[in-house]
Amino acid sequence: MSAVVLEGRRLVQDYHVPGGLFGGAKTVRALKGIDFKVEKGKTLVIVGESGSGKSTLARIIALIDAPSDGELLIDGQRVDISKTRPGPAMRSKVQMVFQNPYGSLNPRQKIGNVLMEPLVINTDVPADERRARAEAMLVKVGLGPEHFNRYPHMFSGGQRQRIAIARALMLNPSLLVLDEPVSALDLSVQAQVLNLLADLQDEFGLTYVFVSHDLSVVRYIADDVMVISEGVAVEQGTREEVFADPKHPYTRQLFAATPITDVEAIRARVARRKAAKAAKAA
Amino acid sequence: MAILNIRNLTVRFATATGSFTAVDGVDIRVDRGEVLAIVGESGSGKSVSMLAVMGLLPDTATVTADEMTYDGRDLLAMTAAERRRLIGREITMIFQEPIASLNPAFTVGFQIEEVLRLNLGLGRREARARALELFRAVGIPSPEEKLKSYPHQLSGGQCQRVMIAIAIASKPRLLIADEPTTALDVTIQKQILDLLMDLQEDYGMALILITHDMGVVAETADRVVVQYKGRKMEDADVLSIFESPQNPYTKALLSALPENATGDRLPTVSDFFAAEAAR
Repeated sequence: MSAVVLEGRRLVQDYHVPGGLFGGAKTVRALKGIDFKVEKGKTLVIVGESGSGKSTLARIIALIDAPSDGELLIDGQRVDISKTRPGPAMRSKVQMVFQNPYGSLNPRQKIGNVLMEPLVINTDVPADERRARAEAMLVKVGLGPEHFNRYPHMFSGGQRQRIAIARALMLNPSLLVLDEPVSALDLSVQAQVLNLLADLQDEFGLTYVFVSHDLSVVRYIADDVMVISEGVAVEQGTREEVFADPKHPYTRQLFAATPITDVEAIRARVARRKAAKAAKAA
Repeated sequence: MAILNIRNLTVRFATATGSFTAVDGVDIRVDRGEVLAIVGESGSGKSVSMLAVMGLLPDTATVTADEMTYDGRDLLAMTAAERRRLIGREITMIFQEPIASLNPAFTVGFQIEEVLRLNLGLGRREARARALELFRAVGIPSPEEKLKSYPHQLSGGQCQRVMIAIAIASKPRLLIADEPTTALDVTIQKQILDLLMDLQEDYGMALILITHDMGVVAETADRVVVQYKGRKMEDADVLSIFESPQNPYTKALLSALPENATGDRLPTVSDFFAAEAAR
């Protein structure tokens, strides 16, 4: 068994909704005690629908928000950002890629500066070295050094997501948190970005925490799957376990609702529809 | 018998850098009571061709076609008044963002009753009764209460049900749904698609479903039109599209589906075109 890179113990997140003109303050418990472990080089996929708390969990893992309760361990070391701000070393370990590549890049910042900024903040790498690394990273994600001086609006959605991934990789992280990284992309571009992520994982031994609602993507990339609903992890297991034999009713409901592109299923549906039409005509 | 027949439709947009052709010589035919899926990625012109039918394109767009007929009537030669009698009554449309499609300043009850009064000439009380009936038909829970709700008080799925109720209020013969479930969760998507299919069968209306999701196509369509960069790539019944796609782009699109992955990496559309070019 390889090393556990990331571990969560009874993670809880409360959001306090302040009282307004028409009501008192209330507390929403978005995560109700989540436990998980991810091994080095593996991909954990967090599946859930809107409001399930999957992005809340992703933000905790990416060290953006502090959990209300519970422990987060990275490389076996307890991290509590509510007490001490994570230093450059910890920031370099964990990076995040967001869903919307149109919203996550500053429209006024050149791509080169987007990529070099993490180095400026977290390291003391000299300027010419920063530039060299940024150009090399552009090549790595399938773009080119000529893109260095361009602005985000000059790129397509898929290219922007590549840039966001490149930015996240600039500090050589060991853990990448990806919040719905391909949901905003077209099918053919989605395939390219998923391939890129697989290549990078092989090359750098990256560990991924991948948030998704799309079960066909989950099935393709996951090693381990966690299904969460209303802040509770209702099902956890390896991809094979979860897909072959879903235990929780919610998981089964999710599977049943996912459209299938299987030819036999289409044949059956077309036949049913023809029969219904014939019955109506008769 | 075709309810909508379009031949050689071209839509050009005047832009600062010259003319841009969004739809390039597309033929689309929909029969009565048929479910047609128009599939394509962003920029394929799948929405633009239907917006041209609805007359919803901005002034910068130039629409030309050899034929654009609804039920044998020429849509291009119609006066604006004639067209208005058709659009919103016999041909209706729902959009991707249900919450954005509704006016946030009025209750959903007001908005559906407005359609019933203006389009069908119902009185206030009749309109209220019919609105209630429609809300029940589209499966909105506690419909009496929901009529008094504002859009922000409803979930995305419920807003889409309201939009569908408004769209079917006049018993249209053709409903165009532009990515109706893209903004919704899968479990809600299933409910909305089931609802659309039930209504389509009950009312015997034709349904055009614009989508980028091959799963949605597989679960709903009778026939499929595949578009790419403004051109029609393939037009066939749903089974043929999935079982034996003819066009290289359709093949590429299907092989890029993660569920069809056979190896370690997904084949991409550009790989496919490169292989075609090399041959």
